[in-house]
Amino acid sequence: MTVFNTPSLEYGALLPILIVFIGAVIGVLVEAFVKPSMRRFVHSLLTPAILVVALFQVIANRDTVTTTAAIGSVVIDGPVIIAQGSLLLLSLLALLFLLDVDSFAPEASALPGSEEEKRAIAAGKQQTEIFPLMLFSVSGMMLFPAASDLITLFVALEVLSLPLYLMAGLSRRRRLFSQESALKYFLLGAYSSAFFIFGAAFLYGYAGSITFPEIRNAVIASAGNDVILLIGIIFVSVGLLFKVGAVPFHAWTPDVYQGAPTPITGFMAAATKVAAFLATLRIFYTVLDGAIWQWQPILTGVAIITMAFGSIVAISQRDVKRMLAYSSIAHAGFLLAGVVAFNKEGLESSLFYLFAYGVATLGAFGIVTLIRDGQGEVTDLNRWAGLGKKSPAMASLFALFLLAFAGIPLTSGFIGKFSIFSAAYQGGLQSVVIVGVLSSAIAAFFYIRVIVLMFFTDASDSSVSVTLPTRRSSIGVWSAAIVTVALGVLPTSTLAFITDLAIFAR
Amino acid sequence: MSTLTILGILPLIGALIVATLGKSDARRAKLVAFATSIITALYAIVVAIGFQIDRPGFQFVESREWIPAFGITYGVGVDGLSLVMILLAVILVPIVILAGWDEAEGGRWSAKTFYILILILETMMIGVFAATDLFLFYVFFEAMLIPVYFLIGGYGSGERIQAAVKFLLYSLFGGLLMLASMIGLYVMANDQIGKTFDISALSRLEMSSTTEHLLFLGFFIAFAIKAPLWPVHTWLPDAAKSATPGTSVLLLGVLDKVGTFGMIRYCLELFPNASKTFTPFIITLAVISIIYGAFLAIGQKEIKRLIAFTSISHFGFIVMGIFAMTTQGHSGSALYMVNHGFSTAALFLVAGWMIKRRGSSLIADFGGLQRVTPVMAWSFFIAGLSGLALPGLSSFVSEILVLVGTYTRYPVAAVIGGIGIILAALYILIPVQRTLHGPTAPGNENLADLNLREKIAIAPVIALIVLLGFYPKPALDLINPVAETTIAKSGFTDPAPTVGSERR
Repeated sequence: MTVFNTPSLEYGALLPILIVFIGAVIGVLVEAFVKPSMRRFVHSLLTPAILVVALFQVIANRDTVTTTAAIGSVVIDGPVIIAQGSLLLLSLLALLFLLDVDSFAPEASALPGSEEEKRAIAAGKQQTEIFPLMLFSVSGMMLFPAASDLITLFVALEVLSLPLYLMAGLSRRRRLFSQESALKYFLLGAYSSAFFIFGAAFLYGYAGSITFPEIRNAVIASAGNDVILLIGIIFVSVGLLFKVGAVPFHAWTPDVYQGAPTPITGFMAAATKVAAFLATLRIFYTVLDGAIWQWQPILTGVAIITMAFGSIVAISQRDVKRMLAYSSIAHAGFLLAGVVAFNKEGLESSLFYLFAYGVATLGAFGIVTLIRDGQGEVTDLNRWAGLGKKSPAMASLFALFLLAFAGIPLTSGFIGKFSIFSAAYQGGLQSVVIVGVLSSAIAAFFYIRVIVLMFFTDASDSSVSVTLPTRRSSIGVWSAAIVTVALGVLPTSTLAFITDLAIFAR
Repeated sequence: MSTLTILGILPLIGALIVATLGKSDARRAKLVAFATSIITALYAIVVAIGFQIDRPGFQFVESREWIPAFGITYGVGVDGLSLVMILLAVILVPIVILAGWDEAEGGRWSAKTFYILILILETMMIGVFAATDLFLFYVFFEAMLIPVYFLIGGYGSGERIQAAVKFLLYSLFGGLLMLASMIGLYVMANDQIGKTFDISALSRLEMSSTTEHLLFLGFFIAFAIKAPLWPVHTWLPDAAKSATPGTSVLLLGVLDKVGTFGMIRYCLELFPNASKTFTPFIITLAVISIIYGAFLAIGQKEIKRLIAFTSISHFGFIVMGIFAMTTQGHSGSALYMVNHGFSTAALFLVAGWMIKRRGSSLIADFGGLQRVTPVMAWSFFIAGLSGLALPGLSSFVSEILVLVGTYTRYPVAAVIGGIGIILAALYILIPVQRTLHGPTAPGNENLADLNLREKIAIAPVIALIVLLGFYPKPALDLINPVAETTIAKSGFTDPAPTVGSERR
């Protein structure tokens, strides 16, 4: 008779993920049992508390690095600790904006413009499921880079994605637009999941195992040259590249970024990138490293196209959220440079870049939530003209974030760009570096154009000004700004912290 | 904190004080900014007196760890060349503030912001010349663009925004190419000697000639855009025309010198072999700049654009002197950088006053100023004569040194460049004749002459032009040792003088 041993789960290492997950479940219970008028208040205490507790647990786990947990399906190593820490910090920052403005639909199930919706508005309702959804998504993101077999990876991918599809459709204003974007995101996401699982099946067929270490051994044994393996690599890559928004799998990015409620866009842009890139790095660095000659040229090409395409197309955008979406595509290209670099510097610089970019992105989208007229947010760039005169502080901070995206020295973006390009150069990919700096030059053009618009163009009648930022948004925007400058001027301790921890367990 | 750090921080403190003032308190902002820049200039002069001419290498050195993860240090120090450039910068700033006392009015933002930007810019100018760490240099090199961008776009005239954007994009493009080269150097340093950005350590790197050529080009293009050299000069006339006269003085007088300074300090020292390979090509570009700038200057109808094109011609001379790879050429170029700074400052400041009084910047709108406003006319005249390198005025010494230094190695280039001197007479004397002499043009009859403040502002510039023309020794003493060591480090020797038939 077969003896079943109870699987050991190493709860300590898994605790941060579990805390967030349980927090999300409690959030659902809050939705079920707390009366509507109190829900928002309860969530506003519960959600940050959960994130903070999880963050403390991540910090406590810092010293017990490199544990495999849950019978080898999860690995908690240095990069995961950093990724989870970044994710929690970014989520806390995103939460400041999420809690602040009424960005979410009063009742998502009501038809846009229907009587039902009007009643919901009159009753002062606002969908509060957003908070448990966000926690579910965060728990998936925290698991994604830690996954150590294909099934866990896929489950984590779905756990992080499904809530995002929903959240994208919950915008309070322009609801049809938001729902359209959510549907697009969902359909394309479903396709990419299908590709991913298809590729995973091939990898399993090739290696005879779903765990990363055994796939790795199989890849090394055959020197990576096998059609089934190549098909597996390609389709798994498609799934991952879709999540990071790399060309040619980027098509969802502008629509979803534009349609989703702005605080969600910020959260998505910052946090999803961290999770998806860390998982990508893990797979290419520790699982498929034996097949580097097969995937490196392809990914190099993708990186180059992504950088160039994102920068060039962003020039013609007239909507600030779309512009930031294309800029995020360009940044995905820069981050891919860290992936193809295939060295320790590549991992370190990616970790730094992801955090620095995430903070600046949240700051920028945070400001977008504040630029509004009577109808809600104004994202048409033409109407941002003269913002520098009406709201100098917010315009200056937005300019700061744009300069950080452009990689001007003394901002975090410069240190990030410098480190990631030197990693790529070190990896022998001079072509990526050259295309990278040229795309940065192109990208600078549209960042500067927005600065011109805000500071040097006179306000017209249709111009907007900032609604008075409330305390939470102010804290959010200002702390993002402080981190952006601090990481640009004195990045030493952060870099040292990353260098110590950034070693993948194999 | 070392002396240089204190020097760099002084303007920043002034900027902070200005920032605390009330928004409408333009007068006090001006006074604080002016006082700060005077204190900075005096302190710089004190530092300069303490500089030991005979000692080779950098002085007043300070080096602290900044970002050890990349081997980046906060490293500052000066040799003769950088000291001269810093002096040029800190002397010009108070003059600019005094000369353009009401310059900030009519800008998009308050006068307060204007002076904060100027003072931040001063800190960065000191930093860019004092840096001995390539990364630190780059940070100043790029960050400097932001205050200038806002100075042009916010306080200029005409199509100031387009000009500001053009300036920024050109410079950023060059800067990013330089970043790629810098990363290349860093990675090679990491392989060979460990992570560092120290210039002297980097200059000892071994690299293949292809790599060296490519990295050299990254740096050179960035500096050529900054300097600016034909064919990447097109941002300069627009920027100079649109910026306030004071900003133009700092832009052409100091910021553009970062380009030529960078060629000497970085291109030649880090990539001596590549410099040798590209010399004929660069000399050709320099000669084209000389002639092209001169011809276009002759054709200009607008005073500020004219001065900008004369500068392109002069930068051609400076670059030619640098890449002639002789000590005379180098000394001449370095001295030229200083002289050009002062004579352009004089030209721009007086032109600015003329334009402000007349309300037009077209040469055709002026005439007979000699009678109406004698002091202003004479100042313009002397500044112009310095621009055409009249013997006895400062530019003459440097131009001769450059031509002599170039002739020993590239006689053809020197001869063609020499034509630039003749053209200079044309592009200076024609506008001088049209604006200052002849019958008083309509609309010029009631122009006011320079007031006391303006006289005080222009006097030291003209005094320096004359002084350095008759007695350039103090500047040359600082510059010559640097020229000799740079030439030696790049592996060149001065061609032996040949006499008569001995010449091949």
